[in-house]
Amino acid sequence: MPGETALIVILLLPFMAAFVAGFLPQTARNTEAWLAGVVAVIGLGLSLWLYPQVTDGGVVRAEWTWMPSLGLNFVLRMDGFAWLFSVLITGIGLLVVLYARYYMSPSDPVPRFFAFFLAFMGAMLGLVLSGNIIQMAVFWELTSIVSFLLIGYWHHNASARDGARMALTITGTGGLCLLVGVLLIGHIVGSYDLDVVLASGDTIRDHDLYAPTLILVLLGALTKSAQFPFHFWLPHAMAAPTPVSAYLHSATMVKAGVFLLVRFWPVMAGTDLWFLIVGAAGLSTLLLGAYFAIFQQDLKGLLAYSTISHLGLITTLIGLGSPLGLVAAIFHIVNHATFKASLFMAAGIIDHETGTRDMRRLSGLRRALPITATLAMVASAAMAGVPLLNGFLSKEMFFTEAVENHTGSLLDQSLPYVATLAGMFSVVYSLRFIHKVFFGPDAVGLEKEPHEPPHWMRLPIELLVLACLIVGIIPGITIGPFLASAVTSVLGPETPYYSLSIWHGFNLPLLMSIVALVGGVLIYLALQRYLSSGIEGPPWFRNLKGQRIFERLLVTLSWRWAKALEKLLGTRKLQPQLRLLIGTVLLAACLPLFMGRFAPNLSAFVGFDLGFATMWAVGMACAVIAAYQAKYHRLVALMLMGGAGLVTCITFVWFSAPDLALTQLLVEIVTTVLILLGLRWLPKRMDAPELVRPATLMVTLRRYRDLLLAIVAGLGTAALSFAVMTRPAFDSVSRFFLERAYTEGGGTNVVNVILVDFRGFDTLGEVVVLATVAITIYVLLRRFRPAAESVGLPEQQRIQADFDAEQPHRRPGDTLTDYLNIPSVIMQWMFPVIIVLSMYLFLRGHELPGGGFAAGITMSIGFILQYMAGGTRWVEAHLRILPLRWIGWGLLFAGGTGIASTLFGFPFLTSYFQYLEVPLIGRVPVASALLFDLGIFLLVVGATVLILIALAHQSVRSPKAARAPRPLGPVGGEQ
Amino acid sequence: MELILSIAIGTLTASGVWLLLRPRTFQVIIGLSLLSYAVNLFIFGMGRLRMDAAPILEGAGSDPANYADPVPQALVLTAIVIGFAMTALFLVVLLAARGLTGTDHVDGRER
Repeated sequence: MPGETALIVILLLPFMAAFVAGFLPQTARNTEAWLAGVVAVIGLGLSLWLYPQVTDGGVVRAEWTWMPSLGLNFVLRMDGFAWLFSVLITGIGLLVVLYARYYMSPSDPVPRFFAFFLAFMGAMLGLVLSGNIIQMAVFWELTSIVSFLLIGYWHHNASARDGARMALTITGTGGLCLLVGVLLIGHIVGSYDLDVVLASGDTIRDHDLYAPTLILVLLGALTKSAQFPFHFWLPHAMAAPTPVSAYLHSATMVKAGVFLLVRFWPVMAGTDLWFLIVGAAGLSTLLLGAYFAIFQQDLKGLLAYSTISHLGLITTLIGLGSPLGLVAAIFHIVNHATFKASLFMAAGIIDHETGTRDMRRLSGLRRALPITATLAMVASAAMAGVPLLNGFLSKEMFFTEAVENHTGSLLDQSLPYVATLAGMFSVVYSLRFIHKVFFGPDAVGLEKEPHEPPHWMRLPIELLVLACLIVGIIPGITIGPFLASAVTSVLGPETPYYSLSIWHGFNLPLLMSIVALVGGVLIYLALQRYLSSGIEGPPWFRNLKGQRIFERLLVTLSWRWAKALEKLLGTRKLQPQLRLLIGTVLLAACLPLFMGRFAPNLSAFVGFDLGFATMWAVGMACAVIAAYQAKYHRLVALMLMGGAGLVTCITFVWFSAPDLALTQLLVEIVTTVLILLGLRWLPKRMDAPELVRPATLMVTLRRYRDLLLAIVAGLGTAALSFAVMTRPAFDSVSRFFLERAYTEGGGTNVVNVILVDFRGFDTLGEVVVLATVAITIYVLLRRFRPAAESVGLPEQQRIQADFDAEQPHRRPGDTLTDYLNIPSVIMQWMFPVIIVLSMYLFLRGHELPGGGFAAGITMSIGFILQYMAGGTRWVEAHLRILPLRWIGWGLLFAGGTGIASTLFGFPFLTSYFQYLEVPLIGRVPVASALLFDLGIFLLVVGATVLILIALAHQSVRSPKAARAPRPLGPVGGEQ
Repeated sequence: MELILSIAIGTLTASGVWLLLRPRTFQVIIGLSLLSYAVNLFIFGMGRLRMDAAPILEGAGSDPANYADPVPQALVLTAIVIGFAMTALFLVVLLAARGLTGTDHVDGRER
């Protein structure tokens, strides 16, 4: 198997296994553990197998095209440093899986746990193996998201939810900064390929954008690695199950930040800015984390702060910018992962066996848990930096680096003292952990009787502690070669000489170590009284809680400010919204006037036709009076609106658009009928002077403002139309349609050919909208409940009914029948005529004005006339109209014609036409567009009739509904 | 001719906008209709006003310059139909709102 295949297997296997794990049954704890374990073993095995290829700066590289249009490739790339991380991720992952098998209770939903766990492993591997920096940022965010799911695993627990949310907010925001930083790097370098980026260190450092790029990348890394001031999310992430903490906070999640720092070290480090930010953040984190760790009462809390502190140590080393510092940083990454994972697991065992992690309640456990106690003691000693353990070695290297002079600044000068102080603190908290938990009298009042856990649960700790010991005693031949390959891959020719031996003779770093050890013990003894008082948190600082500040910030940002802003700018009233909208449009329309120039061609003011002017004088009067009367005289307003519509229609005829005029006229009729049907359900409004409230000053002002807006809008559109219409027409796509309508569309009516052929897809969308509207109306009206005052018969009908009732020889309804006797006969006789007219309009549509729309609306007018003539009940007794079916068939025809063309290998809705010799008539063009038009016709009939009938039905059923509410049957459907 | 039509479009727009800003639903529906006349005429005018231009082709090979511009017409035809659908939907929504809230104010409650 070549290296490329191995890489993709290492990356994909965890994701695929995560998918499988998610679907296993709830009780499959062993299967899940085996699955995850096997995945980790394969990953580990493949990584180990690849080792010979990554020594001495070797790189295994695999590349696939990802987004070729953007020049992005999906690159997997393993060098010595990535190899070291892969081994950590899969190796410690394997141990955590084993541990988790025994840690997780059978009642926990294990599929979710292992699915997230495996996905996290995959995301982390993707991050370290990325050879493309955008891809790296993607995996980076993926680790944030999956860690959110893992931390919030016990989501019934409020602290888990809060901790998860906080971790995601901080690391996710950092990830976004990183993404921008990475994009800037790509902009500077000209490539997103990691190899190219790593080779362009000088370009990046000398670029003007270096500072913003560095700050953005560092924001990503420092948030992820929980560096001050972003450290506070990590202790809250301890609400996660302990295997998660052991994995995320030792070898993976938080190490991603320092991974990134090391990765970009060759191209970004070595400047004053780097030293200032990274060094200061690392040093303050190192000190504060260690100081806070001393005063924790929660076992995992102590370990969390100690993790923060050790990450601070690594960050400080990276910040120094010296190659030796980087060696120490990489070495400490590995050492910290081993002893911290084992300590977390030990803390989990203590929690598991005693039921508490509170150090105030734990005591004397060395008698009940002798082996675990011994293991934890060794691991703690490694954490404190006791000789013969791995922690000592990297700490010595750190001390050596600390006394070196780097920049000579105050920060640099204070380094040895801060380092020694932090060393003392780490001795204090390690000592406290061991002394408080395992020594002293036996604990009382524990929920469980503690005893040693199953051997398999302890095995991971044993292996890790063994690693601490071996590396601590014989570093040169155990970790040496692997460290060398990792360091070489980052530093290349700059790799310095370094010695991994334990004994370097009596020197300053050794003295610092001794001071730290002795000082730590002394401080611990001095702090006994404060620590035994049981107060959580350190003196002075305990009132300063990062979490509280974070929560306040969140509430302020997402609630208070948002609310204030909504109060300031938002409204639930329609009128201000519309005013704003229209105002914005006006402003936007004025903008080009200031930027360009307004130049209507006044010489075009030649054509003046008195007839046209008179017609529009009437039309404009109609519009203005309709606007004026729409409040109190709805019928008048409706009629006047129709007048304006008719004038518009004639205008279309005037300017050579017969198709438009026809459609406008027909739609005008239907709209008017529709609104007439609706009028009955609107409240009465009288403008009798005694009923009208006198307008207040505010109202008057508001009206004038609206009037002003309206006039400005009118003037604007008038000016705009005039300016455009008086300019010569430019050569548009119209020529294309005119030239091809007959030759390629087979029709002489260009408008119709455009609608059903050239732009058939638009038309299909449009009729679907019409169908949707019709069905929406139908559904809305099924649940329609009129206002109480509109339920009774309208006044006119009441008068008629009373008149009929008074006359002994008249039956109710006679007056109506008498009034409409002649019109209704005419309307009924017109029905076939209208149908023929509609057919005629439909058939000639391709050649002459007409077409599916016009024919469909004509047909529906025929139907509605029958309703007017005979009444709803009469029509439905004589005629079965099923508009929903018409709509359905229409959609089928229109869509089917489109799909049919794909069957012949043409794009959707390609039309076909042919001339047919029909006896007696002659040559007739037959286009498949005609079938499409038939679909439109059917659909328009169905939709229009459905809308009109649904509304008309309300009058019939509402008196009944008012008397006896009952479920209402479908209108015009299958009755 | 252009001047007359421009003034007409302006008047229709002004009446429509004025009605859109009124508080009663019926005013708004009339306003929307008037505004759509204005917009349709405006779009139609984009193809310039041609009197007595043939809208129907006389077979293949005729000069496109002799014909009315079909593209704005096709657009307006679509707009008319969509405008009808919009008016119908709005009408039913306003009726349902009136039934539900007992008022024909656009906000569903009297001020």
